[in-house]
Amino acid sequence: MSTTAVLHGEDIHAAHDAAHEHHHHETFISKYVFSQDHKMIAKQFLITGMIWAIIGGLFSVLFRLQLGYPESTFPWLEDLLGHWAKGGKLQPEFYYALVTMHGTILVFFVLTAGLSGTFANFLIPLQIGARDMASPMLNMLSYWFFFTASIIMFASLFVQTGPASGGWTIYPPLSALGDASSGSKIGMDLWLASMAMFIVSSLLGGLNYISTILNLRTKGMSMTRMPLTIWAILFTAILGVLSFPVLLSGAILLLFDRNLGTSFFLSDIVVNGKILPNEGGSAILFQHLFWFLGHPEVYIIILPAMGISSEVMSVNSRKPIFGYMAMVGSMFAIAILAFLVWAHHMFVTGLNPFLGAFFVLLTLLIAVPSAIKVFNWLTTLWRGNIRFTVGMLFSIGFVSMFISGGLTGIFLGNSSLDIHLHDTYFIIAHFHIVMGVAGFFGMFAGVYHWFPKMYGRFLNSTLGYIHFWVTLIGAYLIFWPMHYEGLAGMPRRYYDFSGWESFKMFAELNQFISFVSILVFAAQLLFVFNFFYSIFKGRRVTSENPWGSNTLEWTTPVNAGHGNWPGEIPEVYRGAYDYGKDGRDFIPQTEPVGENESHH
Amino acid sequence: MTQFLLIAIVVMIFVVIFQIAKASEYVSVLKGEEKARKQTNKINAFMLISFLIVGLIGVWWCNDLFFGRTLFPQGAASEMGQKIDLMLYITIGVTGVVFVITQILLFWFAFKYQEKDDRKAYYFPHNTKLELLWTTVPAIFLTVLVVFGLKYWFKITSDAPKDAVVVEVTGHQFGWEFRYPGADGILGKKDYKLTKGANGLGVNFDDEASHDDIHVSTTMHIPVNRPVKFVINAQDVIHDVGLTAFRIKMDAVPGIPTTLWFTPLYTTEEMKVRTGNPNYVYEISCDQMCGKGHFSMRGVIIVESEADYKKWLATQEPEYFTIFPDKKPKTDTPAVADSSAKPAPFAAMVDKK
Repeated sequence: MSTTAVLHGEDIHAAHDAAHEHHHHETFISKYVFSQDHKMIAKQFLITGMIWAIIGGLFSVLFRLQLGYPESTFPWLEDLLGHWAKGGKLQPEFYYALVTMHGTILVFFVLTAGLSGTFANFLIPLQIGARDMASPMLNMLSYWFFFTASIIMFASLFVQTGPASGGWTIYPPLSALGDASSGSKIGMDLWLASMAMFIVSSLLGGLNYISTILNLRTKGMSMTRMPLTIWAILFTAILGVLSFPVLLSGAILLLFDRNLGTSFFLSDIVVNGKILPNEGGSAILFQHLFWFLGHPEVYIIILPAMGISSEVMSVNSRKPIFGYMAMVGSMFAIAILAFLVWAHHMFVTGLNPFLGAFFVLLTLLIAVPSAIKVFNWLTTLWRGNIRFTVGMLFSIGFVSMFISGGLTGIFLGNSSLDIHLHDTYFIIAHFHIVMGVAGFFGMFAGVYHWFPKMYGRFLNSTLGYIHFWVTLIGAYLIFWPMHYEGLAGMPRRYYDFSGWESFKMFAELNQFISFVSILVFAAQLLFVFNFFYSIFKGRRVTSENPWGSNTLEWTTPVNAGHGNWPGEIPEVYRGAYDYGKDGRDFIPQTEPVGENESHH
Repeated sequence: MTQFLLIAIVVMIFVVIFQIAKASEYVSVLKGEEKARKQTNKINAFMLISFLIVGLIGVWWCNDLFFGRTLFPQGAASEMGQKIDLMLYITIGVTGVVFVITQILLFWFAFKYQEKDDRKAYYFPHNTKLELLWTTVPAIFLTVLVVFGLKYWFKITSDAPKDAVVVEVTGHQFGWEFRYPGADGILGKKDYKLTKGANGLGVNFDDEASHDDIHVSTTMHIPVNRPVKFVINAQDVIHDVGLTAFRIKMDAVPGIPTTLWFTPLYTTEEMKVRTGNPNYVYEISCDQMCGKGHFSMRGVIIVESEADYKKWLATQEPEYFTIFPDKKPKTDTPAVADSSAKPAPFAAMVDKK
């Protein structure tokens, strides 16, 4: 391939630069702030994501307090939140703002930017054998757009009328009309502006990831030799690039409806006694635009987690990932289907039943590639020689969560059952397990596994084990019983259930769930502490390849500089998963195929 | 003071955990890292298998505790709902088997194949037959579920039977309004621009069909064992008519009327006995986020015998007369539906504007 030749020339050039690196004096600003080194940008994404995760998690603890203890007052809340918690009790407006921001922050800022942003940036060049991203400049801009989005979203928390409070799905007309909700005033404009910045960030990142993976692979790194992490990130980036612009268009139209008097989503509305002139718009149109991103979005979250877990499970089972091609194929199938199922979020909007039938069929089809992945993970464990590093435990936890949450998807994807379960706690349980917890577990697996590569030190494993066990047990205790609340029809986004004959029988359970969620949140603080402590004081990594791994990132020096390899980029001769082959524990990708080596 | 104490205790716990973690790192260095690692490996393997066992017992226990409270054992209160329940049980059965098998395999493999000095990992990169097996088996099961599901889906979304009782449901922040078509079986036309003062629904009273329409708020009456059709509107933002006992719901969207229908099987009084709850009442919950009062947007449905329903309907005064009392006929005959009332033809509903 001609690109390989060109690349090679560049490599030498870059290697030359890398060799000179010691002579350049990098300033604090160029190294830690406006850095163009993909590894530093990855860390920026990770730490920003962690800060958001703490904020988003704290919000959930606050609204869980209300759900668990609707009769109690907490005077310290009023000290903290002022008129949002008058008399020590969260006000409904603020409760809904918290719910909305919790969803927005965790879905977009943590599990999209924090997860993809971190691992795509960190792993792509290191695992495919490149000095850096195709465009380090765009990569840097991608972070700073995300940072701008973060600042705007954070600022929206402090406006007088409160942040957006119409749910993270921001359905108009509620989100379009300041008269309908105080959160739909300036807070909503800030939300939309922040998301626009976020989408720009995601597009810059995504384009960069795709072009880097397609163009900058080292010699011998054919597509089918890439680790599954890279495949997962490639599909994630393609999903993002194709679907985020649709949300952007929806957001812009919504801004028009809000501020310029257009009627894209508004029709026949009387709000607060005011008769609005808007006619002919469709509120449902927005839902189509939103879910055209919104559904791929859940795969944007779960695919990187799948890729990370596959890699970590294979390394720590000392076995090849079972069915590499099937794993790639099933991710490809999931990526395609992701675009064809969005209306399963809209079964109760009055959707044409005939159209709904297609969405049922295509939605349940996703269960097939998902099943393939699960059975392949199980077979990867089978007859392995498993080391339970913290990363490995989180990967096993990921599979467990993916099974539990995936199976409930079969209920919700089937429209006739969805009618009953739609917008109840059943769906809360489903997507928190399969997207939230599983996504986080993939992220944790990645952080524990690659922390030595990021900082040249290990995370404290005892704290890691405590973190894992509290989180795994706690997550099941929180979300498993919610299925029952959902079966009873208990609606989501309710501030208080005590006035309802149909739902008030779960008061004790809600209290229990709230209690556990506080514990689980505390365990996450333990992780955060472990993270920052270990950056400076963790046990040092002494060998280049502490996990005995095949992939290229472990051929770089412990503290790799910008450019990753001090000398030439190594050449690749085999796939990433030759573990246990011919009786050898592992064979790195850089080792040429021996004459007597068996073909599997 | 207690808050301060609480914070102090929490911080103390954190410090203790951290010190233990730090100490265990030093101990592992002293003992030899390899040895310490193998020991933790065994502990974690044991924890995983214990988690599986305790977890499965926990799943059972949780079901025991909460299934009764879902009111599922009592069954759905509508004809179609009972079929949905059956389908739900079948789906629980299928996915339950898969759940138990896969979780057992996951944790059992993790435990069984934990690192041992004398074990070598088995090189097993792929096997086409196995992969085909677990592509086709799930596909077959899913086909069954899809066929089953779609059959019901088309039934649920089909047109309501001709003899259905028609009620127009309108959601607004934060409450429900109901309108019955009256003796002529036709709902009067509406125009949202007429919404003003007492005319809260924007009814066009120039349309004579509206003169016998009955408007009630919050509490709706319907007869048992007869199909009921809701024509659903929203005035301000999207709401959702959630009828958990009947296993059905439908969004209320401003500008786009929707419909749903169901056949209630038990009167409210019967449900009080079935659920053992003397306060039981059918509720309409708003299931689509609609603003700060979303959680309190409660409606009530009284399901009663045909006779009681008619009796109730007879006591209601048409909205036209409550708004224009001067138009009320002098003779005090209530303008209500008698038993020969014709149900509203569907076209009239759609054409309401």
